[in-house]
Amino acid sequence: MTERKIRVLVAKPGLDGHDRGAKVVARALRDAGMEVIYTGLRQTPEMIAEAALQEDVDVVGLSILSGAHMALAPRVLELLKGNGQENVRVFLGGIIPDEDLPRLKALGIAGVYGPGAPTEQIVAEIRAAVSGATE
Amino acid sequence: MTFLTQSVLSGDRLALARLLSQVENDTPAGRAALDALFAHTGQAHLIGVTGAPGTGKSSLVNQLALHFRRAGKRVAIVAVDPSSPFTGGAVLGDRVRMRDLAGDPGVFIRSMASRGSLGGLAAATAAATQVFDAAGFEVILIETVGAGQSEVDIARLAHTTLVIEAPGLGDDIQAIKAGILEIADLLVINKADHPGVEATERALKTMLELAHPVRKVFLHHGQKFELNGEAAPGTALWIPPVCRTVALSGQGLPELLEAIERHAAHLRSSGDWARRERARLEAEFDLLFQETLVARFLAQLPAGRLDSLLAALQERKLAPRAGVEQLLNGDGT
Repeated sequence: MTERKIRVLVAKPGLDGHDRGAKVVARALRDAGMEVIYTGLRQTPEMIAEAALQEDVDVVGLSILSGAHMALAPRVLELLKGNGQENVRVFLGGIIPDEDLPRLKALGIAGVYGPGAPTEQIVAEIRAAVSGATE
Repeated sequence: MTFLTQSVLSGDRLALARLLSQVENDTPAGRAALDALFAHTGQAHLIGVTGAPGTGKSSLVNQLALHFRRAGKRVAIVAVDPSSPFTGGAVLGDRVRMRDLAGDPGVFIRSMASRGSLGGLAAATAAATQVFDAAGFEVILIETVGAGQSEVDIARLAHTTLVIEAPGLGDDIQAIKAGILEIADLLVINKADHPGVEATERALKTMLELAHPVRKVFLHHGQKFELNGEAAPGTALWIPPVCRTVALSGQGLPELLEAIERHAAHLRSSGDWARRERARLEAEFDLLFQETLVARFLAQLPAGRLDSLLAALQERKLAPRAGVEQLLNGDGT
């Protein structure tokens, strides 16, 4: 039997066109042995939820730099839940003000990373979240 | 039949996605489901899309899916990208070019990492197509990893194989080499709005003429003429057409689609469809048979037997072939 791979969808919802951060994270997760499905720029929450379903991912990583995270992130969570994927862990990266963190945590976002967050930390926290979810 | 299998047959998309993971990970549940679903397979048209990295395979798959959808067919896409040989990780990026297909419930896209397989597909790609086939997808597009010259597994899996070329990638010497061009049922020159498309087309057509010396087709004042054209009844010959496309604009797609349909009709009328199915099933059976046989044999060996044999090989006391004989005959235990 093949060793079970962690599958991660990396997506950029919203209208900002800067995906270097998302690519850096995708590459780091790849180097950590994960399978990363990269979907590119300007995804709607609906497109992200649909891709997460078809790809049967364990984790969704959202990169949002536009400031629209309080609208986009809850919508993605809601759609995942509607599809029966409430077990999928959602992580958020980008420019996220500290005062939004408690609300994002309360909504069920598993982790939030700003610029300069070490990729080792992201990898470790995704691994921990996934092993917690599958037990 | 399990609940998961039942749900897949009734069109549940989440169940389908989860079953694909079970199959990809070769779990006992995945194996059982494949057995249960097998009777429902054999309906879909499997179309392989292969070619060098950057020739536009994903964009072309996107366009093909759009066109098949317009014809009312349900389309599944299996897109394979390479796994890292060092970490086992992968970045699967084919969906980036397929955003036109989002929101259409008649399309299902699944990305697969090659996970160490070298033939251009993943070990579980064939099994994934069986799941889609059973789930009622009429067209299954299989996109290989960016292929060089010898990733030819797709020809064994697909009914129709498209080899995608782009202008400027090689001359007529590349075109007569063995390998990927030989497996083409259709040759597609994508990015046909780029310079050099005539030279590429000429090289490919020259190659085709060399490959099919019995039936010569040439163009004269834009008209197709055939020499020794009539194949004997029952031995109909398929000469791969060369299609020009521009995947980004959709140019040439109706003609490509028409050529694909013509190939499917040719396979059915010539009996090649059944022959390919049989060859594919035979190869699949062979592989499973060998795997199972080896696994069972190794499981009943006394503990340490294999280790001592390998040690004897390393000390040059035993040659590998003699070692195999010894193991199978039960000598030297």
